[in-house]
Amino acid sequence: MKVSLSWLSAYVRIPEDVSRLADALTMAGLEVEAVSDRYDYLNTVVVSRIVKIDPHPQAENLTYCRADIGGRTISVVCGAPNVRENMLVPAALPGTLLPHGAALEKSVIRGLQSEGMLCSEFEIGLGSDKNGIMQLDDALTPGTRLNQALALTDTVFEVSITPNRPDCLSMIGIAREIAAIQRARVVYPEIKLPAGRKNITELSSVTIDAPEHCPRYAAGLLENISVGPSPFWLQDRLLSVGLRPINNIVDVTNFVMMETGQPLHAFDFDRLAGNRIVVRTAADGEAFATLDGKDRLLSADMLMICDGEKPVAIAGVMGGLNSEIETATRRVLIESAYFSPVSIRRTSKKLGLSTDASHRFERGVDPAGTVTALKRAAQLMLEVGGGALVSGILDEHPAPVASKSIQLKVKDANRILGTRLTQNKMAALLESIEFKVEKQQSATLQVTPPSFRVDVERPEDLMEEIARLAGYHTIPTTFPLVPAEAKRASSILALRDLVKTLMTGLGFREIITYSFVAQDSGNRLNLPPEDPRRSLLNILNPLTDDQAVMRTSLIPGLLNTLHRNLAQQNRNIKQFEIGKIFISNGQENLPREIEMLAGLWAGSRIDLSWHAKEAECDFYDIKGVVEALLSGIQIPQIKFTQANFEAASYLRPGYCAQVSCGDQALGVVGEISPRILGNFDLKQKAFVFELSLNAIAAVAPQSKQAGPLPKFPATTRDITLIVDRHIEAERILASIRRADEEWVENLFIFDIFTGNLIPADKKSVSLRIVYRSDQKTLEDETVNQLHKSITDRLLKEFGGTLPA
Amino acid sequence: MDQSIEQIYNAARTELAAASTHDHVKDISVRYLGRKGLVTQFLRTISTLPPEDRPAAGKKANEIKLKLDACIQEALLALDSKRPDQDDRIDVSLPGRPVSIGSLHPITQVTRQICDIFTRLGFEIAEGPEVESDYYNFEALNIPKNHPARDMQDTFYISENIVLRTHTSPIQVRYMEAHKPPLRIVAPGKVYRCDSDLTHTPMFHQVEGLMVAEGVTFGDLKGILTTFVHQMFDDRTALRFRPSFFPFTEPSAEVDILCVICRGKGCRVCSLTGWLEVLGSGMVHPAVFENVGYDTTRYTGFAFGMGVERLTMLKYGIDDIRKFYENDFRFLRQF
Repeated sequence: MKVSLSWLSAYVRIPEDVSRLADALTMAGLEVEAVSDRYDYLNTVVVSRIVKIDPHPQAENLTYCRADIGGRTISVVCGAPNVRENMLVPAALPGTLLPHGAALEKSVIRGLQSEGMLCSEFEIGLGSDKNGIMQLDDALTPGTRLNQALALTDTVFEVSITPNRPDCLSMIGIAREIAAIQRARVVYPEIKLPAGRKNITELSSVTIDAPEHCPRYAAGLLENISVGPSPFWLQDRLLSVGLRPINNIVDVTNFVMMETGQPLHAFDFDRLAGNRIVVRTAADGEAFATLDGKDRLLSADMLMICDGEKPVAIAGVMGGLNSEIETATRRVLIESAYFSPVSIRRTSKKLGLSTDASHRFERGVDPAGTVTALKRAAQLMLEVGGGALVSGILDEHPAPVASKSIQLKVKDANRILGTRLTQNKMAALLESIEFKVEKQQSATLQVTPPSFRVDVERPEDLMEEIARLAGYHTIPTTFPLVPAEAKRASSILALRDLVKTLMTGLGFREIITYSFVAQDSGNRLNLPPEDPRRSLLNILNPLTDDQAVMRTSLIPGLLNTLHRNLAQQNRNIKQFEIGKIFISNGQENLPREIEMLAGLWAGSRIDLSWHAKEAECDFYDIKGVVEALLSGIQIPQIKFTQANFEAASYLRPGYCAQVSCGDQALGVVGEISPRILGNFDLKQKAFVFELSLNAIAAVAPQSKQAGPLPKFPATTRDITLIVDRHIEAERILASIRRADEEWVENLFIFDIFTGNLIPADKKSVSLRIVYRSDQKTLEDETVNQLHKSITDRLLKEFGGTLPA
Repeated sequence: MDQSIEQIYNAARTELAAASTHDHVKDISVRYLGRKGLVTQFLRTISTLPPEDRPAAGKKANEIKLKLDACIQEALLALDSKRPDQDDRIDVSLPGRPVSIGSLHPITQVTRQICDIFTRLGFEIAEGPEVESDYYNFEALNIPKNHPARDMQDTFYISENIVLRTHTSPIQVRYMEAHKPPLRIVAPGKVYRCDSDLTHTPMFHQVEGLMVAEGVTFGDLKGILTTFVHQMFDDRTALRFRPSFFPFTEPSAEVDILCVICRGKGCRVCSLTGWLEVLGSGMVHPAVFENVGYDTTRYTGFAFGMGVERLTMLKYGIDDIRKFYENDFRFLRQF
């Protein structure tokens, strides 16, 4: 909220040092976000002397002036009748933001270049005179900034008001806080109303049909009012806080709202059918035209202000066109009400219409301030609009808001704050902001907060008031005394940290992408129709179509990141992400959240260097990463088997594997299929894996146990078999392992060969077996026998032959 | 016996003095001290001496053997410290065979730093779901439906009662429901708000903290957060606590730190105020304790929360929050 210090000074003394005041307000909980001068817009408006006036060749009522702006002259097209040579006038230069209008730019007016604008009082917000340009004192020097020349200054604070402090959404509210800071008193405006002739009860009535939405409704009536522009002082006040003057009656309602925090509304009394007010809820589906000219669709829970026949305003939000104050208006009904905050907020949200009034009502206005604001408005309207007061007010008050009395134990406040404040000190602090305090026996305070402090309900609220008024800096900084106990970190946390560390060691960079993706991501991954990852959780109000659903796979994020990096010429990409995927259980339920780990490798395996030529990465590179990672987590016996379409729809068939450990499926690894690459606008091959971290956690060892180290030397023997080329190498290894030969310690493949001397449908597989006994040094003959029996068994099992 | 042990020793010394390569020295070592070396042969002749002379001769010969051995080691060392031969060297300025190393995302790094500081203070790490019910995200935290405090957070909705969590605070509630005081937790995680510009992304990270026990005070909150800020930045980083509003704490405090860029002089980063807002905090509101069934006459507690992106930007001088989610390798490589 904008707060003008010159306006504020009408209610409280403002100290000289405004930056200290801003700081003090901030430290009292009213954060001053910016300090500016409201006349800063005059920095580009300068004193200028008219040196030459020529007629405009194409327009009779315009002139073409040369104006000295100190050191140089500019050409300006002018329409003012009072312009004459040697006159000193304000000239607004391009870039000026005029208070009533838009930014000024250089322009061509009827064929002539105009490098600025000679301004009337009204145009630069310094008065209401619109007839002719403003004449400045001859003693001024051309080129001087106008705010400097006229000594115009008014500091404006931009104050951020937290939702619990609606009482500070007004000048008086801020003044109260300043008064408390300065140990001063607020000077409330004096309200005196003349005695009226008739009585309002003879002319009008208020009926509240929905007291739960409207606990109080007050109305006053003025006759013989003349509607027109407000006097300058009133316009100036509104402009100082960023409000736009409309007419004297509406301006008064806005002024009083800014002064007291109570939103008001003015109706043209003669346009109210039956000259009366009925407060009731709307009919479902009813349409209503608001003051901004828009048609609003109403629903049954919206509170409406109606006349004898129809709605005339959406209560607490915006008035209607059908009862608007117009130039012809003679009789004005002023509304000042207390509406239920929840009701106003619901209506405002449903209509998507937030106004200065609804902002205040939904936070809670002062339930006891209704009539004061009404009288203040009546007083000012009489002052600026003439007319006469109808005596009396209508004040329907079916559901009075009870005043609260809160008991505060001094001990409790000190216990929570960690302070040693006395009963007297606490009482004095609360009294400084108009709380009524009764000191009682046994160190207790009975506190009645003022009606405008709608946020104060419990003892803890009083503690906050005490703490902030004493100053948070006065509370001693201490350290809690607690038992030195520690709980074990959860295993998923430790696993996640380990995986991240291992992945960086394997050369991968961690990325973090948004958890929401485009609606069609499932299609783009070619997921089968029945795949659970098709169960999407939709966001009702996404920011963009690219962020419409919660992700069910990390792969789109990896591919999009690859795309972005390739576009930046980052060619070799090794990246991984750990994050959740979300499988919907329906929009009304919490989804299943599964923590996943995915990695992507694209580009080279070996970079070009003086050691080696560049080499592209392939399936076995990414598989190697998965193997190294799982071995780093000490997961035993990982299996890689050809993955089917259901498991790996986005991977290239034949070039992808399912990863598992025992019966536990962990995920997939493979090459992104060319069609999917196209879906993500990629040409570069990419190799990925996607594993469930939850599944890895399920098979990760919970504890480790050291075993003995071998005491005897190992011996190796090689076999080369020529077998059918479709036999997977792992089958051969598994066959040896399955036999569980006690001396086979390790075995691995060291060569696969096809072509040349090998028949077309065969391949040669060379493997090495490491033999070792933990009882003795194995003799060559023993090993040879065992090796031969293994070789024979393999030849038989796989129909193989030995190389010629 | 042809030569005395002294003569053998002196001859060896002479040869060593002339030796210029390792091989040369090793050759001398073999010829004198090896199995068939001169010293070894001499030692064998001792058994032919009269029994009464043997101890003295043996002792002397062994001493000389040790001395010669020391001389040989010394000669080798002397050769090591000499510049190697011009031809017997490699170009060590050439790069080694590339071994790639990855990196952790800056958000992960800073989250770890934050959590490490608090775990050293005895806090446990807790986590919770990212898609939350309205109850845990709002109601249980004293933010009823139709309360203006809901405007403080622009919420992504899944349905009327299911939201993407707007803060990590629901973890507080879930944890308190499952545990009894005393407790100390920090809860890191992703949060979501319907907002996107230079300083906001629709997804970002928070770390929430909660401590509940008997006798925990607002002063303790100040103490813990002061310790945290000093560890996270440095001991010179001043803090100020100023009143604010969060529905789930009372009293509530924003924590500002002295601008880490300008040290309070005022700059673009701190909008000329000299201070940076980095943490929200406060004493747990009794309504929150009532919702989880804690005895408010017995227990007090404090809670705090911070945005990881903001701290990371301040710590590493990052100017645009969106860089975190573009994952440009030229950016990631810097951390």
